[in-house]
Amino acid sequence: MNVIYILWLRQLKRYFRSKARMIGSLGQPILFLFALGFGFGPIFQKAGGGNYIQFLAPGIIGMSILFTAVFSGIEIIWDKQFGFLKETLVAPVSRIKIMFGRTLGGATVATLQGAIVFLLSLLVGFQPVSLSLIPIALLFMFMIALVFTALGTAIASLLDDMQGFQLIMNFLVMPLFFLSGALFPLNGLPAFIDGIASVDPLSYGVDAVRGALTGVYHFSFSIDFAVLVGMIILFLGIGSYLFKKIQI
Amino acid sequence: MNIIETKKLVKKFGDITAVDDVSFEVKKGEIFAFLGPNGAGKSTTIKILTTLLSPTGGEILVNGKNPAHEQDAVRASFGIVFQDPSLDDELTAWENMEFHGVLYSIPKDIRRKRITEMLEFVELSDRKDDLVKNFSGGMKRRLEIARGLLHHPKILFLDEPTLGLDPQTRNHIWKYIQDLNKEEGMTIFFTTHYMEEADRVAQTIAVIDHGKIVAQGSSAELKIKTHTTSLEEAFLALTGTVIREEETKSVDRMRAGRRMWHK
Ligand SMILES: Nc1ncnc2c1ncn2[C@@H]1O[C@H](COP(=O)(O)OP(=O)(O)OP(=O)(O)O)[C@@H](O)[C@H]1O
Ligand SMILES: [Mg+2]
Repeated sequence: MNVIYILWLRQLKRYFRSKARMIGSLGQPILFLFALGFGFGPIFQKAGGGNYIQFLAPGIIGMSILFTAVFSGIEIIWDKQFGFLKETLVAPVSRIKIMFGRTLGGATVATLQGAIVFLLSLLVGFQPVSLSLIPIALLFMFMIALVFTALGTAIASLLDDMQGFQLIMNFLVMPLFFLSGALFPLNGLPAFIDGIASVDPLSYGVDAVRGALTGVYHFSFSIDFAVLVGMIILFLGIGSYLFKKIQI
Repeated sequence: MNIIETKKLVKKFGDITAVDDVSFEVKKGEIFAFLGPNGAGKSTTIKILTTLLSPTGGEILVNGKNPAHEQDAVRASFGIVFQDPSLDDELTAWENMEFHGVLYSIPKDIRRKRITEMLEFVELSDRKDDLVKNFSGGMKRRLEIARGLLHHPKILFLDEPTLGLDPQTRNHIWKYIQDLNKEEGMTIFFTTHYMEEADRVAQTIAVIDHGKIVAQGSSAELKIKTHTTSLEEAFLALTGTVIREEETKSVDRMRAGRRMWHK
């Protein structure tokens, strides 16, 4: 328990200490909220989609969680390169615990980042339908964060340096975001996009947060919840397995 | 009684055989020096003994357990100071120590007391709340050592512990380690390139070159065997005077470059 706590705490300390990273990673969500929110707003309205900011904000919250979470997981590569990972790997603590502690820490950081974007979205006119559902939204945000921190950890366990980072961003993280229904409704899409969106965990995460905050679900509360739980178990499992096999 | 045993240990990285048929024994409670030129396979052997790498072949026992299979049991029996940096730069000196103490389940009150003592010992008390990234190389090294000595394991691995430290600090630290060895019967397994250091503290010395053990014994025995009068001469007689065309260096340089690139 103590061990998991100290690993969690380390991730939080690193987050709060790198103000540049914290602020830097808010730039993108703010830009997306402004440019897309106000840029596409009129067309979206004309097409009968209603208020675009209302639709977009949960998607951008999901995006910032996705990016921060994957990045937190990937940070293990840095720990490998700077050597700190050795210190944790020789300790008399099971690697599963180490992986859990890190993942919880990374997911907490990503959730915080998502919460900040939520607050910012209120400034551009986003209106949650009910304040009482905000805790539910936060829970879903944390679930998204767990899925993708574990995914990042799994990937980082396989890599020795940051050379593959661009590859992962462009061929995994970006598609996960753009094809998730974060930016557009998942109704009436061409079949192949619809197919991809329906196997993208972020689709369910964004839908869950959107449902909790605006009351409109594409899937449903229970489907979103079940898929997210399943994905958390799956990725934590894969992540733990790969993390256990790391050799330095 | 032997606390560490290796038999025909082999480790290959692709075509490079870093450790080639290595057998040796370390007696419980002794100070054992593992000497060899750059790239001889010392760190690789230590990584295998400490569960960080799995061997390609051979048998190993650390405190009666096999590091390749009974990892948790082996990990509970040793402490280590690595050759390469292993601190978290974004944490303070105190936080690095605290992190270690918690990982090794040292109870809180003992932990606090020990951390204070060890930071005092390596003269970092007044910098304890500074981030490690602001430390000099020697300060980081001292902190690594203080951290490695925080818990008192059965076996202590020290991979070039005194690298880059001034003679005063080196003597100071070796005195402390020798006391630990005497008072707690802690087994010390270390590598160094300072021959006089090995001569002074080690009871048994093994010399490894190109992944193979070339000699084993006390310092006196090695000198007799090679008809030399100092350990340095004996070492040179055993391993030759050729400077190693050494892969580690270029790999390290690449790594360092990449690090800078990504920082
Ligand atoms: N991860 C790795 N991949 C490929 N080769 C490696 C790896 N680690 C070590 N080697 C190679 O194994 C050999 C032994 O390296 P090792 O680090 O064990 O040497 P060493 O005796 O500790 O040397 P030094 O005194 O320079 O620290 C070297 O040729 C090195 O290049
Ligand atoms: Mg070495």
